[in-house]
Amino acid sequence: MTTVVFILFSLMVLGGGLMVVTASNIVHAAGALILSLFGVACLYVLLNAGFLAAVQVLVYIGAIAILIIFTVMLIRREGEDRLSFNSMWSGVLVIAVLAFVGLILILNQVWPLGMEGGAPDMNLDPTVQLGRMLLDPAGYVLPFEVASILLLSAMIGAIVIAREKRKE
Amino acid sequence: MDDFRVADLFTSIGRLWTNWLVDLGVSDPWILFINSLIGAILIVVIPVTIVVFTIMGERKIIGRFQDRLGPNRVGPFGFLQTVPDVVKLLTKEIITPDHVDKVMYHIAPMMSVVAVLLIWAVIPFAPNVIGADLDIGVIYFVAVASFGTLAVLFAGWSSNNKYALVAAFRAVAQLISYEVPLVLSLLVPVLLASSMSMQTIVETQRQGWFVILAPISMLIFFISSTAEIGRSPFDLLEADSEIVAGYNIEYSGMKFAMFFLGEWIHAFTICALTATLFFGGWLGPFVTQVPALGVVYFFLKMFILYFVQVWIRTTMPRLRIDHLLNFNWKFLVPLALANLMVMSLVTRLLNPIEGPAADPVVQGAVFFGANLVLVVAALMIVGGVARRARQAQEAQRFRAVASGVQG
Amino acid sequence: MVPLSWYLVVAAALFCIGLFGVLARRNAIAILMSIELMLNAVNINLVAFWRYQSPNQPIGMAFAVFVFVVAAAEVAVGLALIISIYRRRKHIIVEDMDLLKW
Repeated sequence: MTTVVFILFSLMVLGGGLMVVTASNIVHAAGALILSLFGVACLYVLLNAGFLAAVQVLVYIGAIAILIIFTVMLIRREGEDRLSFNSMWSGVLVIAVLAFVGLILILNQVWPLGMEGGAPDMNLDPTVQLGRMLLDPAGYVLPFEVASILLLSAMIGAIVIAREKRKE
Repeated sequence: MDDFRVADLFTSIGRLWTNWLVDLGVSDPWILFINSLIGAILIVVIPVTIVVFTIMGERKIIGRFQDRLGPNRVGPFGFLQTVPDVVKLLTKEIITPDHVDKVMYHIAPMMSVVAVLLIWAVIPFAPNVIGADLDIGVIYFVAVASFGTLAVLFAGWSSNNKYALVAAFRAVAQLISYEVPLVLSLLVPVLLASSMSMQTIVETQRQGWFVILAPISMLIFFISSTAEIGRSPFDLLEADSEIVAGYNIEYSGMKFAMFFLGEWIHAFTICALTATLFFGGWLGPFVTQVPALGVVYFFLKMFILYFVQVWIRTTMPRLRIDHLLNFNWKFLVPLALANLMVMSLVTRLLNPIEGPAADPVVQGAVFFGANLVLVVAALMIVGGVARRARQAQEAQRFRAVASGVQG
Repeated sequence: MVPLSWYLVVAAALFCIGLFGVLARRNAIAILMSIELMLNAVNINLVAFWRYQSPNQPIGMAFAVFVFVVAAAEVAVGLALIISIYRRRKHIIVEDMDLLKW
């Protein structure tokens, strides 16, 4: 049962990803990105990371995807020539396929692709542990604070870069 | 039939049904699947049924506020008015304009309704009656609310209509702006209950409803949610006199009905959420002995809050878009942030890590007092700013008049 | 339960799809979206390893949360840059932005 659900969600993720890289209409690509990100959130639920699934929907779909769609809708391409790939796309396809095959071969050495293997049991409250660890001085409070400064600087930077120049 | 208690009605019915399935020889995964399916169907059916009555109630109440009767022809006192309305919308011709983006045009109204119905999965009706007791219930609600924003964007873009697009941008600007104080005010019940699960938040309110401990959060949550649905006084999004009725211009018939259905269901959904998070949900007298009474208390609180919301809708004028955004960024967000900081400070002072926690009554009084101080400080600051702005304006006018007199 | 290697295969496939998108698309926003796919693939990897190797320590989840933060910051700044470029050149085809090439 879990296998069927996993295959369904994986198809959603990979199918959405394929549409993102091949759609010529950028708005359709953005819609496919939303589908793919939602599939990833469902995979997190399968992995017992419920908090991450909710944060994924909230941050990626609720903020990043909306930002991307806003920008896409504000930008009009002059003379749409409908070509979505650039001149080297066949070479890149070969590289991507080779990379995938290489990764699978390396993975197979350490974690074989068979059917056996299950997840170990866990004490069922990862969210509380995550919260404690993020604020623990012996834990991750420093990256937490640095991340907030990073977000602040990104916000200020984006506002400054995208502002229209005032006619002095 | 040995342990069927009428007092625990819904859980007993559920147990009877599961036992019958087990007796039929159905295997465990299938039982889980069937029960989940039935639960999902119920969660969809309940709000859609309630919305029929709330539409009617709202029209009669608005009528009485405006000193008229409201619909009173169809059925006794006009209570069956929704039926011919629905029949009219269902039988309208389904027109799909020519150059729309087919996939997004058809998906947008569905996403709008689904985003609202998904919220009902985490609302507790009674001590053991809840769709899914997620331990991340509050974040789930916020995450699902952002789906509705996407639906508005898709609707505006796919209509292939400049006015729909501009209206959709304004709508999304309002919606994402008001998400910030919403999330910040939602953090306070989470803080007070030390858990994000809705059922735990309701259980923690046995010692005192959170509306007494955190009234500012309740107000901010209510106001932000009203802005999130796009309802008066924030109904710039779909008012008839604004940019040719907003992002759903090109929609007609059943799709248009789905947008409006989504908005009406959202209206009492946030009342249900306010009742759960701040007013004690299914708590009330005798609810430990008779758990089925929890449902009654819950719906009673929800309808009282809905009446308050309809009251606000009929009496307040519409806010302009720049007033709306100023109100959000310059008043609500700083207030919500200050509220969160004050509440965490007071919580930590009253419940120290080592040492005994304070008496519940004392805690309630201190929390309420802290909130009161914050409100008074906020109003004094706003009053000071307004007074200075007014004085600057009068000084300018005085100078203009004086220079006019001289020159 | 699903074995760990299946999650890793999905993450590898998503990463390679994102890689293809970054290198082969002409539209700058499409490149940004492909970068998001790659970051999501990394996240799936992190969370799968957390669940299967050390589920009682939240290190994997914390790492994934920081990846979320970095992705959000990068998209904001990237889109601001794209809008700024669009105002100047009226298009965002990355192939034609070769002013600094000799």
